[in-house]
Amino acid sequence: MTNSISEIERADVILVTGSNTTEMHPVIGSFVKRAVRQRGAKLIVVDPRRIPLVNYADLWLAPKPGTDIAWINGMIHVILEEGLEDKQYIQERTEGFEALKECVEAYTPERVEKITGIPSELLIEAARIYAKAPAASILYAMGITQHTKGTDNVKALANLAMCCGNVGIANAGVNPLRGQNNVQGACDMGGLPNVFSGYQPVGDPQVREKMAKAWGVSRLPEGPGLTLMEMIQGALDGKIKGMFIMGENPMISDPDLHHVEEALRRLDFLVVQDIFLTETGRLAHVVLPGASFAEKDGTFTNTERRVQRVRKAVDPPGQARQDWEIICDLSSRMGMAMSYESPEEIMEEIRAVTPSYGGITYSRIEKVGLQWPCPTLDHPGTPFLHKDRFTRGRGLFHPVEYRPEPEEPDEEFPLYLSTGRILYHYHGGSMTRRSVGLVERAPACEVEISPEDAEKLGIGDGNRVRIRSRRGQIEAVARVTDKAVEGTVFVPFHFAEAAANLLTHSHLDPISKIPGYKVCAVRVEPA
Amino acid sequence: MDTVRLVIDGKEVTTAAGNTILMAARQAKIHIPTLCYHPRLPVSGACRVCVVEVEGRPALVASCAMPVAEGMVVHTKTERVLRARRLVVDLLLASGDHNCLLCQSNGSCELQDLAYELGIESFRFPVDSPGYPKDTSNAMIERDLNKCILCGRCVRACNEVQVNEVIDFGYRGGKAKIVTAWDLPYGESECVFCGECVSVCPTGALTERQAKFKARPWKLQKVRTTCAYCGVGCQLELNVAEGQVVKVTSDYRYGPPNFGSLCVKGRFGYDFIHHPERLKTPLVREKDSFREASWDEALELVAKKFSEIRSRYGADALAGLTSAKCTNEENYLFQKFFRAVLGTNNVDHCARL
Repeated sequence: MTNSISEIERADVILVTGSNTTEMHPVIGSFVKRAVRQRGAKLIVVDPRRIPLVNYADLWLAPKPGTDIAWINGMIHVILEEGLEDKQYIQERTEGFEALKECVEAYTPERVEKITGIPSELLIEAARIYAKAPAASILYAMGITQHTKGTDNVKALANLAMCCGNVGIANAGVNPLRGQNNVQGACDMGGLPNVFSGYQPVGDPQVREKMAKAWGVSRLPEGPGLTLMEMIQGALDGKIKGMFIMGENPMISDPDLHHVEEALRRLDFLVVQDIFLTETGRLAHVVLPGASFAEKDGTFTNTERRVQRVRKAVDPPGQARQDWEIICDLSSRMGMAMSYESPEEIMEEIRAVTPSYGGITYSRIEKVGLQWPCPTLDHPGTPFLHKDRFTRGRGLFHPVEYRPEPEEPDEEFPLYLSTGRILYHYHGGSMTRRSVGLVERAPACEVEISPEDAEKLGIGDGNRVRIRSRRGQIEAVARVTDKAVEGTVFVPFHFAEAAANLLTHSHLDPISKIPGYKVCAVRVEPA
Repeated sequence: MDTVRLVIDGKEVTTAAGNTILMAARQAKIHIPTLCYHPRLPVSGACRVCVVEVEGRPALVASCAMPVAEGMVVHTKTERVLRARRLVVDLLLASGDHNCLLCQSNGSCELQDLAYELGIESFRFPVDSPGYPKDTSNAMIERDLNKCILCGRCVRACNEVQVNEVIDFGYRGGKAKIVTAWDLPYGESECVFCGECVSVCPTGALTERQAKFKARPWKLQKVRTTCAYCGVGCQLELNVAEGQVVKVTSDYRYGPPNFGSLCVKGRFGYDFIHHPERLKTPLVREKDSFREASWDEALELVAKKFSEIRSRYGADALAGLTSAKCTNEENYLFQKFFRAVLGTNNVDHCARL
């Protein structure tokens, strides 16, 4: 997030898109609802589903899945047309505006209506509300990013925010809500193929030299490594022979699962470290028992870049060990001694080699976490980014064009399928599906279908249905609900026995390599 | 900032204009008991337990709701004040089934504490419990409205903090109770089980069902940590008894990001921690099944196989997925292991999923 969670409550306008906030980030959802009910903030929801936040919204725009760039460019078109942009901000803090202006020229409300299905008057009203706000906050999540054009979607939102001077000020910003407790931290720590911790590029010789020195090795690999999806492909092609998977379950969370299983089976050697024997673990040659969050010390970094303490409350079961201890042990057996007394000692090393974490120590975050960038011990942390200047100096507009989806509904597969999470479950389900209360609320996979589609297909609420795509099929229980709009069904991906990702395609965004989970074509029929 | 000077129990107090008498008293470390008041919630001034005497005013005033004024002279412990508080608590004790012996909240109940503080030794009025059936409609929250004192904290928590708008006061007079829409049990209502209501309930009316009979409140050790579900990073407390996590709570005083609020997963989704299916030993594949192995055997095997693959096919034939569930320290070490020890940048995680 460019800004902080608390700031959402003070925004004048909140635009939520591709985020079912009250179910996926319920506590942030409350900040939004309080802003609306108690401070009179205006709420615009742009989502193909009638998510619960729509009940609190001033405006609900329901675009056809996969048409985000069109409505975002359309909003910018209206803003420029009516002269509502922040001219001074554009002049002083940005560059590339002319190219953006040229690009959005063609996105008239009428054309956008044809592409997205959003009535032009609603688009115009949304543009006016957003542009006139002193501080408007954009919240988004995987509904924006998990597309074959996810990167472009994000750029389009950044264009919109910069046009109206909403980046680099309090209570505004472009705010991705991250889905996993420490997905921010895993990125920050260099759990990515192209960067070390703090996003220091592996391709930069000076950085490599610094890291090699800190780690006491003579050299470090130069070229960027493979992304997850490329690793799977590499395993299929026989180029990847061995894998080490720690606390991840690609056998549920990755697209086109048949493909993933085949890839993992082809490996000469697979090691899985986890707290349960997951679907992925069953394919392993060696399984290592790790510790849950309740059994370890350390830190997580949340979606607003706040580094917070994790504290050990109980012992791991049996012989299970804290994950950091296992890595140290393995490393020592492979010739490089890693010996740390405690996670605190590891953090001391992290902050020595990671400029944005330079000022973060356990004693400073004992009571309240610090938000990076926090480069020095006397730095108070950074509640919002890009104040006065962007990282690169001026904010650059990236004009992006709408492109159709790789797979659109047709006669054989007439419905859009969108996948995601529900309130009561989490990711691959290995935690929540072992929780009595949560399982009671959501025991099985339900497909959300609109009353109109259900009637056409002769499907009643609670009926068992089969959902088929070009790649596979699953069975689920039909939930006939107004939450789904005609033409689109929604299936959560938590349920291994009805794995939504048997249906999804593995077309990726060309830059981020994210799979397009939010749009594919399916057929639904009574089972 | 404008300040106001007043006298509370003979002590001169300076506080910000707009503050209530209760806030001023707390700043000056003068204790005034409360019941319906909760620092995280809007003021309602309903229970009258916090009444005080203000010179020049004929009636007692609710200190939680009364703003300070220049020159105000306040008395918090006169016999008149104490008598009024006792009457309130005596009436509450008679209004329901306040049998501490059989109550899950014994030892963490504000009504119980208040009766003790006010020196109440017996029931002054005949007890007339409404006799509502317990709401055991779900596995997470148990509701026993016979222990409800209608302080309204849960209503404000649901409507003003979480803004879920599920519960409110229903019916009238002696029949008044807290209701969901159509007065349905929680399990059949629109409730999303965030448990904010449980967290502010001063008595045993709302309790965590799974924590029942697991440990007395005074046996619990609370360990503050960060939630393991979504990216909000809520601060919570694992309540531990005899090496087991038996309950999850939070505290508004922890501040950002969640100011004491949690969601259903964070508050009630903790039973995976002690689940019998947890992996307890390393496993090594033998044909189509696994056998248990020692750490030495398992790690030696991993080291040997990784070394073999590396020398035969090169380091880039190895790849690793680190974890968005693990700590920063673990992720840092994992990528360090891949880059510095194995010698490849093939390291990623499920950021995109």
